[in-house]
Amino acid sequence: MATLDSKIPSGPLADKWRKHKVDIKLVNPANKRKYEVIVVGAGLAGASAASSLADLGYKVKCFVFHDSPRRAHSIAAQGGINAAKNYQNDGDSVYRLFYDTIKGGDYRAREANVHRLAEVSVNIIDQCVAQGVPFAREYGGLLANRSFGGAQVSRTFYARGQTGQQLLLGAYSALSRTIGAGLVEMHTQSEMLDLVTVDGHAKGIIVRDLVTGKIERHSADAVVLATGGYGNVFNLATYARGSNATAIWRAYKRGACFANPCYTQIHPTCIPVSGDYQSKLTLMSESLRNDGRIWVPKKKEDRLKAPDSIPEEDRDYYLERMYPAFGNLCPRDIASRAAKRVCDEGRGVGASGLGVYLDFSEVIKRLGENTVRERYGNLFDIYHEITAESAYQVPMRIFPAMHYTMGGLWVDYNLMSNVPGLFVLGEANFSDHGANRLGASALMQGLGDGYFVIPYTIGDYLASQKPGSRPKPDTAAFTAAEQSVGAMTKRLLDNKGKQPVSHFHKRLGKIMWEHCGMARTKGGLEQALQKIPALREEFWANVLVPGSADTLNQSLEQAGRVADFIELGELMCRDALTREESCGGHFREEHQYPDGECKRDDEKFGHVAAWEYQGADKTPLRNVEPLNYEFVKMSVRNYK
Amino acid sequence: MVAENTTKNLSITLRVWRQAGPNQPGKFVDYQSKDLNPNMSFLEMLDVVNDELTLKGEEPIAFAHDCREGICGTCSCTINGKAHGPGKGIATCQVYMRAFRDGDVITVEPFRATAFPIVKDLITDRSAFDKIQQAGGFITARTGSAPDANALPVPKPDADLAMDAAACIGCGACVAACKNASAMLFVAAKVSHLGLLPQGQAERDQRVLAMVSTMDALGFGNCTNQYECSAACPKLITHDFIARMNRDYLGATLRSAFKPAPLGTGGGAG
Repeated sequence: MATLDSKIPSGPLADKWRKHKVDIKLVNPANKRKYEVIVVGAGLAGASAASSLADLGYKVKCFVFHDSPRRAHSIAAQGGINAAKNYQNDGDSVYRLFYDTIKGGDYRAREANVHRLAEVSVNIIDQCVAQGVPFAREYGGLLANRSFGGAQVSRTFYARGQTGQQLLLGAYSALSRTIGAGLVEMHTQSEMLDLVTVDGHAKGIIVRDLVTGKIERHSADAVVLATGGYGNVFNLATYARGSNATAIWRAYKRGACFANPCYTQIHPTCIPVSGDYQSKLTLMSESLRNDGRIWVPKKKEDRLKAPDSIPEEDRDYYLERMYPAFGNLCPRDIASRAAKRVCDEGRGVGASGLGVYLDFSEVIKRLGENTVRERYGNLFDIYHEITAESAYQVPMRIFPAMHYTMGGLWVDYNLMSNVPGLFVLGEANFSDHGANRLGASALMQGLGDGYFVIPYTIGDYLASQKPGSRPKPDTAAFTAAEQSVGAMTKRLLDNKGKQPVSHFHKRLGKIMWEHCGMARTKGGLEQALQKIPALREEFWANVLVPGSADTLNQSLEQAGRVADFIELGELMCRDALTREESCGGHFREEHQYPDGECKRDDEKFGHVAAWEYQGADKTPLRNVEPLNYEFVKMSVRNYK
Repeated sequence: MVAENTTKNLSITLRVWRQAGPNQPGKFVDYQSKDLNPNMSFLEMLDVVNDELTLKGEEPIAFAHDCREGICGTCSCTINGKAHGPGKGIATCQVYMRAFRDGDVITVEPFRATAFPIVKDLITDRSAFDKIQQAGGFITARTGSAPDANALPVPKPDADLAMDAAACIGCGACVAACKNASAMLFVAAKVSHLGLLPQGQAERDQRVLAMVSTMDALGFGNCTNQYECSAACPKLITHDFIARMNRDYLGATLRSAFKPAPLGTGGGAG
């Protein structure tokens, strides 16, 4: 059984991080260059961590599967980044951001982590502006803000509809500077395929050079995973096609606990599915909900009528009706389920019946088309490219889609997993969003972890490791890990089955969306736990992976990722089945209030479930970390 | 609407550049693709063709892609002779089959430039862009040393113009579209983005000098004012930024020529 010590510092909430920074060990400047740190991933969390650690003096090696560190999917985040700057003088504070995030997460995140996140949020904005991130500004030259779901203050900083891009390019520029200065050794098109542990500590990784197919061993004093989320288990998601769970999944198989895998976020405003060939779903930023009004016809028979022919009194602005205080800006999980409900009632719009209107006619009338274009122009353009429709003239049609995973590898307050020396940042860990993430909080967490947490906390671990004591990559543990990677590659290529990889990915996605999506039931999850192992067997019996191992082979890359997704999907369903309550993005139909809201069971499930691998075909062990709420009272979320 | 405007499905001939590796000979190969939904994206069409090739025991077409929403800059096909294909201000992943007609022959090639060697089929190595960035495409701001974000107001027009330049996705279409395979638009976008902001002034001269000399060293050509780059740019970044960079470069060159000798090397320091 794994030891899960959260290492949350004692004392008042607002003092914990300050006190912890004083209490943890330091590595002296002359010794820092004797330590090597591997960072896997160069999204917001990875790039910010790699450059910050390099600036401190550590020797850093950074690995990405992309052809450049500028391509990570953080780049696609549209809407913004939260920070408790209170520049709008509207009553914001670190405490309020903390409280909104804890509440938004349906009381399933750690208080201490979330408070720290709110504290460092203000430093993130300073850091990004200093790097030259061109945030939106007011006419006086000061920074502009907008509001986002789950908050009643305007604390979201943004760069048009490309905030993630600009923040990532900021972090990438810092990383580029450190690469140029010889402080970071950058490995592009290198995919991590295994974690190497020596005496129980993470001391290296095995990677495949995706161009030459060469398998390489890299040793280090510590390993940092910043490899993003696992939403592509659903096949259709707002993730990039290459986003994958392989790094965290292989780390799980080497002993790192996987926490709350069933906490997934379905984003309410995405462009609906149009056909079976579809490879991804495109998000329309939540920021659109500031000015767009969501509705469906009151009457089923109106659902195929032209929207402008439906008079006001026959429209149901259901979010405004059900949640008057937050209206269209209620949290994502609530907005998604509400959309599902009105579609289940037969009032969904479009041919498939799986869509609701997001209507801008009111704001265009009020502020004019130009103002709307300035605010959301690029989003309207994206919508037009995909659907050939102009949202200036007709309402957008939107539907929820898989968007983010709150679960991830378990980490303590130092962001270290239960495997000593293995740190996990950003979406890849589980720590800050509980059962639901608020909009504009993912960018905050990624950068917070990379710029302002790991630079302090990694020293606490490294100080306990003798400088120069890292194992050489020719030791037995590395040989064994390389052999297991080689065996899997060979098995995939030699299989010569009858179906391409995509066939299995699509089928997995359908099982997950049906049984482990927006609404889950005991029966459905039990079915999924029958179907997924069967699919896994079929995959290994019948997958067809063309090409060879010693060249660029995208089918092989995808095959390994899908093999991992199938196993992870099973764990997600197992976690969802065990968690007999509803909370945030995890909605069990058996556990709801009469008005359809989540019914938590704090007594039985006020904890983190951290799954521990027990071997192939063995049921994983469910470890529990109790969530001790010392400062906030767990209550029923109310956005009415 | 997506499902509603479905007209007739189309069949096309795909003429694709196939090349097994960097130093191997390449050639065009034709593939037939039938019954395609016009709402399918161009890359989804390639997915379908690749699954068909896989089932036939042939090697699928290697192509670069990731976000499939026009922001990561990974996808990079020249379609019918145009970088990122038909349509203005979009990347390859944002091309939809409705842009083609039934019976069309569609030619697909990698981005071609000396500085972007072909890795396989439609995939090129664009690491030269990263090297240019590493030479100076940044503001040195060590983590933790930043002043309050509102301590330095930036006039809105400057911030907006900086954002126009910063929208570059680093795809390389500007290079592929240019008859000189010049990277001037790419470099100018970064030089302008950072040079327009007050934070970027301290390193402004050395930035433009370092980035331009690295660009030259990596085998990119020069600008001869055809503006094909802006026309092909998926983010419609204007060639005006090239003029801005040239001005910066000239000024920086002059200033560096007349720069006083560094302290301690001159005489009379006492």
